[in-house]
Amino acid sequence: MENNLLPLELKDVSYSYEPDAAPAVSHVSLTIAPGSFVAVLGHNGCGKSTLAKLMNALFLPTEGQVLVCGMDTATEEKVWNIRRHAGMVFQNPDNQIVANVVREDVAFGLENLGVPQAEMEKRIDAALAAVHMTDFADRAPHLLSGGQKQRVAIAGVLAMEPELLIMDEATAMLDPAGRADVLETVRQLNREKGITVLWITHFMEEAAQADRIVVMDKGSISMDGTPREVFSQVEKVKSLGLDVPPMAEMAMELRQGGLPLSNDILNVGDMLKELKQCLSKSSI
Amino acid sequence: MLRDITLGQYMPGNSLIHRLDPRTKILLTVLYIVMVFCVSSPVWYVIPLAYILLCAKLSGLRVRQLLSSVKPLRFLLILTFALNLFFSSGETTLIQWGFFRISKEGLMTAVHFSMRLIFLVTGTAVLTLTTSPIALCDGIESLLKPLSKIGFPSHELAMMMTIALRFIPTLTEEADKIQKAQMARGADFESGNLIKRAKAMIPLLVPLFVSAFRRAGELAMAMESRCYHGGEGRTRLRVLKFQKIDLWAALVSVAALFLTILCGKWIKL
Repeated sequence: MENNLLPLELKDVSYSYEPDAAPAVSHVSLTIAPGSFVAVLGHNGCGKSTLAKLMNALFLPTEGQVLVCGMDTATEEKVWNIRRHAGMVFQNPDNQIVANVVREDVAFGLENLGVPQAEMEKRIDAALAAVHMTDFADRAPHLLSGGQKQRVAIAGVLAMEPELLIMDEATAMLDPAGRADVLETVRQLNREKGITVLWITHFMEEAAQADRIVVMDKGSISMDGTPREVFSQVEKVKSLGLDVPPMAEMAMELRQGGLPLSNDILNVGDMLKELKQCLSKSSI
Repeated sequence: MLRDITLGQYMPGNSLIHRLDPRTKILLTVLYIVMVFCVSSPVWYVIPLAYILLCAKLSGLRVRQLLSSVKPLRFLLILTFALNLFFSSGETTLIQWGFFRISKEGLMTAVHFSMRLIFLVTGTAVLTLTTSPIALCDGIESLLKPLSKIGFPSHELAMMMTIALRFIPTLTEEADKIQKAQMARGADFESGNLIKRAKAMIPLLVPLFVSAFRRAGELAMAMESRCYHGGEGRTRLRVLKFQKIDLWAALVSVAALFLTILCGKWIKL
């Protein structure tokens, strides 16, 4: 039923923690297309986590409107429905697992929604299978690795069948292997189940894998486009205190050195192709 | 050192007693306590003794395991015994040694009360040894549910217990980490007298508390974002069900209770 509706729409949203304080988020307008994988990139304190909490009614905007599947987060009676549609995974894996056993933690959201027990079993099995944690269903969460805990948290959200999955710096506390693992799981869910993903991060490498990158700075959107569009502006990205993919940076330096390279090089493959073209031209 | 802390002493298993509904076990433990208090003279402890031995046999627990639960209470036990022995008034004097006087009645009371204590502790140990803390939580929640009609927060209480159980290992790990960090910077937790060691715990407890509060805030937010809004309209994944064995256990226990009462009333020893 929500297929025609946008999973998320922000209309000129501002939010301040205290009435007189500078807004943590100011005048942000953003529309997320169904089934897309959008990264919100920004360094610490740029307002990206505040933005995430505005998206499932944990915070209500001081100005503007947030619509989740067409529902205004300010309407009090729709809060639970909104939170079911916009599932959120947080940064610290330990602080979002409620139960002592993996499958019971996945059940937590379903119990809250009042799903009948038989239906619950089915949904838990499906959710655990989707994040490849079926074998761990009866384990104690505190014995799992960080990446596994985050996958359990994703399963907990997934069981509620959300339209939108908000990953609020969900990989920030993980080791590189765990990070890759969680990112791959979420990308797979996005590809195969068509779940819209909002990936909030300060890791450039992760954002580079999204369909679209929204760069935040000082509470507002400073750049918005495909990874190529964003990272081709090497100078601007760096001025915001963010990294650029090493190949994009190298391409820029080579361009400054006089090589006629195009400005949409992101990875080693792109670089090789462009360099080959350059060489074949110069050898003529 | 902090890793040794475990809550409860649950021994996983799949025996008849393990499979009983936690509510049955809690109620029967209460019944057992009543039974122990109904014992009128030390001789009739044979009934609770038989009952406990039956439980031990059915649950696969060793008597030694049950008795080890008495160990933490040994000082209380000795004190109970001594106080009753020396300060009970009785007519028949067994030993008179200066100021101290031990009477026959005093000896009987001392034995009686000490036995009562031992039986109470070992009996309740059967409950905690065969029931996982989670099952206990479920049982308590379910038993207290009728009280929620008069405003007793039974669901909230159970939720608090579950979360506490969930966070014990996490906080233990954290305390361990903080302790190591402090030790790396020269803190000394092991030497000195009791007061000095207690004082040394302050730099451990303060960060632990701060972090616990931070965790609580984050957990609350995570729970809210997963639609937690109290016990109302909530369904459960684990549903407790009484079975035939629960009925049998109840029958045997009630019979034992009646036997204890009757023996105490009619057969005077």
